[in-house]
Amino acid sequence: MALSEQEVLKIAKLAALDVSSQDLTQLSAKLSNVLDLFAQLQQVNTDHVLPMAHPLDKVQRLRVDQTVADIPRDKYQAIAPACEQGLYLVPKVID
Amino acid sequence: MNMMSLTELNQALQTKQISSVELTEFFLARIAQHDSQLNSFITVTAEQALDVAKAADARIARGDAPNLCGIPMAHKDIFCTDGVLTSCGSKMLVNFTAPYDAHIVSQFKALDMPMLGKTNMDEFAMGSSNESSYFGAVKNPWALDAVPGGSSGGSAAAVAAGLVPFATGSDTGGSIRQPASFCGISGLKPTYGLASRFGMVAYASSLDQAGPMAQSAEDLALTLDVMHSFDYRDSTSLDQPKPNYMAALSQPLAGLRIGVPASYFGDGLDAEVKQVIEAAVAEYEKMGAQCVAVELPNQAHAVAAYYILAPAEASSNLSRFDGVRYGHRCGDPKDLADLYERSRAEGFGIEVQKRIMLGTYALSAGYYDAYYLKAQKVRRLIQQDFLTAFEQCDVIMGPVAPTPAFKLGEKTDDPLSMYLADLYTIPVNLAGLPAMSIPAGLVQGLPVGLHLVGPYFSEAKLLNIAHQFQLHTDWHRQVSPLAQGAAL
Amino acid sequence: MISSMNWEVVIGLEIHAQLACESKIFSNAPTAYGAEPNTQANIVDLAMPGVLPVLNERAVELAVRFGLAVGAEIGQTSVFARKNYFYPDSPKAYQISQFELPIVGKGEITIEVDGQHKNIGITRAHLEEDAGKSLHEDFHGLTGIDLNRAGTPLLEIVSEPDMRSAAEAIAYAKAIHELVQFLEIGDGNMQEGSFRVDVNVSLRKPGALFGTRTELKNINSFKFIEKALAYEIDRHIEILESGGEIVQETRLYDPDRDETRSMRSKEEANDYRYFPDPDLLPVVVSDEQLAAIKASLPELPGQMRVRFEQDYGLSAYDAQLLTAAAVNARYFEALVAELGAQQAKLAANWMNGELAKALNKAELTLEQSPISGDALAGLLVRIVDNTVSGKLAKQVFEAMWAGEGSADQIIEAKGLKQITDTGAIEKIVDEVLAANAKQVEAYKAGQEKLFGFFVGQVMKLSKGQANPAQVNDLLQQKLKN
Repeated sequence: MALSEQEVLKIAKLAALDVSSQDLTQLSAKLSNVLDLFAQLQQVNTDHVLPMAHPLDKVQRLRVDQTVADIPRDKYQAIAPACEQGLYLVPKVID
Repeated sequence: MNMMSLTELNQALQTKQISSVELTEFFLARIAQHDSQLNSFITVTAEQALDVAKAADARIARGDAPNLCGIPMAHKDIFCTDGVLTSCGSKMLVNFTAPYDAHIVSQFKALDMPMLGKTNMDEFAMGSSNESSYFGAVKNPWALDAVPGGSSGGSAAAVAAGLVPFATGSDTGGSIRQPASFCGISGLKPTYGLASRFGMVAYASSLDQAGPMAQSAEDLALTLDVMHSFDYRDSTSLDQPKPNYMAALSQPLAGLRIGVPASYFGDGLDAEVKQVIEAAVAEYEKMGAQCVAVELPNQAHAVAAYYILAPAEASSNLSRFDGVRYGHRCGDPKDLADLYERSRAEGFGIEVQKRIMLGTYALSAGYYDAYYLKAQKVRRLIQQDFLTAFEQCDVIMGPVAPTPAFKLGEKTDDPLSMYLADLYTIPVNLAGLPAMSIPAGLVQGLPVGLHLVGPYFSEAKLLNIAHQFQLHTDWHRQVSPLAQGAAL
Repeated sequence: MISSMNWEVVIGLEIHAQLACESKIFSNAPTAYGAEPNTQANIVDLAMPGVLPVLNERAVELAVRFGLAVGAEIGQTSVFARKNYFYPDSPKAYQISQFELPIVGKGEITIEVDGQHKNIGITRAHLEEDAGKSLHEDFHGLTGIDLNRAGTPLLEIVSEPDMRSAAEAIAYAKAIHELVQFLEIGDGNMQEGSFRVDVNVSLRKPGALFGTRTELKNINSFKFIEKALAYEIDRHIEILESGGEIVQETRLYDPDRDETRSMRSKEEANDYRYFPDPDLLPVVVSDEQLAAIKASLPELPGQMRVRFEQDYGLSAYDAQLLTAAAVNARYFEALVAELGAQQAKLAANWMNGELAKALNKAELTLEQSPISGDALAGLLVRIVDNTVSGKLAKQVFEAMWAGEGSADQIIEAKGLKQITDTGAIEKIVDEVLAANAKQVEAYKAGQEKLFGFFVGQVMKLSKGQANPAQVNDLLQQKLKN
C-alpha cells in the first residue's frame, strides 16, 4: 500500500512534525514500505478473538485520595525553555 | 584471568580486600581509557559515583551494608536520574536534567551502588543497532566495526568491555536480549509488570520492561532481586511475591522439557548460528533435559503486529515532547503550530519521526480497526500460542537473532530488514513473557546468544536453567578483546 | 423576519462537574483552587518523561454515586482512553478520558418546567482529567501556561438531545447542578469553573431528522445558557430561512457582547486517535463496592421534598424552595434540629420569607448570608418562647442583618422583650379604656369593629411589647362588663 504525499502531509500535521525539509517522495516510500508489512495481518483469521491491550489480565489498582504537597516548582521550571512568573510561555494562543 | 562476578566483588568488598572507592576508580579509569573507542556512555558521573562509593565504604565499615553495596553499575539513559542528564539518546532531551529518580534508580541508590554514568542507546529505544542515537553509534567491543545491537547497546557494550560489572536495560521488542547476544553477555527481560516502569521514558507502554544485563545468570539473579519491586506509582506494576532467585539457581535440570519450535530454525537463520543453538540445546540434553517439538504458528505475524502497536503507543507517548516544559525548543517559533512542528522535527531523529508517523497513521480515523485493533487480536493469538506451547514444555529455546552482530551501517539503508531480524524476540514482548539471552558460542569471532523463553513469572526457573548451562560451559567467560585488561 | 414557530429546537447538554477530591484524578497533587501558578502541578501533571497515572479511588466512587442517583447502568468494567491533540494546556498532548466504555451508562433525570414534568435522558457520564489554563495577559506577546488545574478530576455528563427549549435546558442544568451538590460529589461552583456547561443546539422542522448542530462553550451561569441559546437559535433560524446551511462547529459565548462566535482554534479537522490508555488497566467496580456506595448515598432532593411535606407538614411550594439547593436544605435542617419538628413551618416561613427577601434585595446567596443558621435559630427560639412577638422579631431580624449582634443581645439592648405580666398589661388596658371613654361607649353600643382600635392603642402604649393574645383576652373581659 502506497501513501500519497498528501496523506503523508496530513499524518505529519496530526503528529505535529515539520516535514518541509524532508524529501516527501522518499518519506512516503519509507512509510509505505512498512505499511506493506502491516498488510500481511489481513490474512490472519481473527474472528471471535478479543483484542489484547495488556499482557496480563489484571484490573486497575486504585489510589487513596491523598495529596503529597511536594512540588518544587523552581526545580521543575529550571529545565523549561521559557518561563516567567511561574508560567510556561508559548506563542500566543488564539481561542 | 576472568572478570570478577558480582558475588566475588561483593565478597571482596565485604571482606575489605578492596574498597568501593578503589573499585569505582578502577572502572572509571577503564571508561576513560576505552570508551572513546566504544561510545557506550552518554554521561559519566565520576564525582557522584565516588561520593556514593565513599558512603558505601562507610556503610561496609559499619557492618550494615546490604548485598551489592559499593559495586559500581550504570543505567541505560532511558531511566530518569535526579539531577543527571537523561537524554534517551535523543537531541530532544539533550538538555534534560531529570528532576526525579525512576523507581529502578531509587532501588539501586538505596543500596549505595555507585552509578558510573548513563549508557548510550538507540533514540527513544527505537532501533536494534544503536545507530539511531543522537550521541553517535556504539561499537561492539568484540569487533569495533560491528554494531553492539540495540536499543540497550551502550549497556551491553559497557558490560562486555568490562567498563562496568552490571548495567540496566530496557526491552520493548528485544532491546536487552539482542544486544546481550551480540556482545556476549547475559540479559534478562522479566515478565511484564515485574519491574516498575515509573521513571523509564516510555516507548511502547504495554511492551516496555526493564531488566538487568551482566556477565552471568548468577549476576542477573542478584540484580533482578533489586529490580523485582512493586511500585504503586505504576498501575501495571505487579505485587508479585519475590522468589529467592539465588537459591533457585542450583536446582538440577533433570526432566526439564525444552520446547523447540521448528519455525525458529528455518530459512532466515544463519547456518553457523543454527549450529551454535543446536549445540547448546544438545548440551542441555546431556544435562538431563529432553526436547519437545512445539509450534508457534502465529509468530510469523509478530513483527507486523509489533510495528503497528509499538509505534501507535509511541506516537502518543512521545507527544509530550513539545518544546514547552522541557527538552528541545526550536528558535523563534512564529506561532504555536510552528513551535510544535519544528521543535519536534529538529529534536527527533528520522527513525523516531518515522515511527511516530506510522503510529499516528495506524490510530487515525478509518484505519484504527484494520490496523490497531487487528494487531491487538493477532497479539492475543501469539500469546495463546505460547500458553499452548507451555502446556508441553518448561522453556522454549532458540536463537535470539538470526545472525551475529552485523557491520555498522550495513542495515541503515534497509530498516525493514532490521525490523524483520527481531522476529524471535518480538513475540515475547507481545505476550509479556520473561526471556533471556545467554552466551552460547562464537561465530567468526562474534558471540551468539541462546534465547530462553519461559511462562509468566518463571524468572527463577529461567535463571536456574541459564546458570546450570553456565556451570557446564564457559561461553559466558569468553571476554571481548577490549575486556582483556579488565581483570582486577 | 423570524418565523420561529416553524422550527423545533433540539438541545443536548454536556456538563463537566469537578469532583470533590483532595488530589488529582491520576496524581497526588492537590486540587485546591486559586494557588500560585504551577505550584499544584507535580511531575505527573507536568507530563515529565517516564511518569505514569494511577487512578484516584474517590473519583471512581463519586462517579458511581452519580450514576446510581440517575438510575444509570454502572459500567462494571470501564476503560480509560487517550484523546490525542496538541494544545499547550494539555501537557501530555493527550487527555485521559473514557471513550467506548464509560463508567456510567444510560440514566435519566426528571425536570419541571411550568408545572410539567419531563424525563431527560442521560446518555452517559465518564471520568476524565481537566486541562490547564492559558493566561492571555501579555508576556511580550506570548501566552502563559498554568497547569495547576491539569489533572483535576471531572465527571462529564452527557444528555440525550431531549430538550426542546431554553427553559428545559436550564431546568436540566439546574437539576444536575442540584444533584451534584446534594450528592456532595462536587461544589458546583460555576464562577470557579467547577461546573461547566456546553450546549449543543440544532433546529429542525417538527418530525424531521435532526439538523446540523453547533456546540456552545464557555457558559458559566444559568442566565448565560438562556442568552447564548437565544442568540444561537436566532442565528440558526436566520441562516436556515435564508436558505443557508449550518456549519457544524464549536462556538464561544461572549457574555460581554452577548453573542456566540466561531472558535477558529478548534476548527482544524480533529482526529483524536482515541485508543485504550496502555498505562491504565480496566476499572472494575465490584458488586460489593456498588452495594457499599449505594448504601452511602445521601438523600436526594426529590426524596427530601416528600419528607419535608410529610414529616413537617410543609406546602409543596415551601418544600420545593427549601430543596432547590443543598445549602438551603442544610440550613433548614439545622434550624429544625434547633427548634424541633413542630416549629418546621415557622422555620420555613422565615427562610422563604424574611431571609429570602433580604438576601434577594442584597443580591446575596444563602452561603453569603450575614445571618447564619445558628443566629436565625436564636431569634426563632425567642418567638417560640414568647420573648418577642412575631412583629417585633422582624425588627430584631433587621438589626441582626445590620450586624448589631445576636437576637438576645438586640432584644435586650432595644428593650423589645414582650410584656407577659398580666398585671402590667391590665394597667395599660385600663389606661387606654379610661382615655377613650367615647369609643368604649360606642363599642358597647354595638360598634364591635372598634375592638381593633383598642388593641392598636394598647400595643402603641406598650411600644409593641405587650403579648397580643393577653391583650385580646383582657380587652374582651373588660369590654364585656
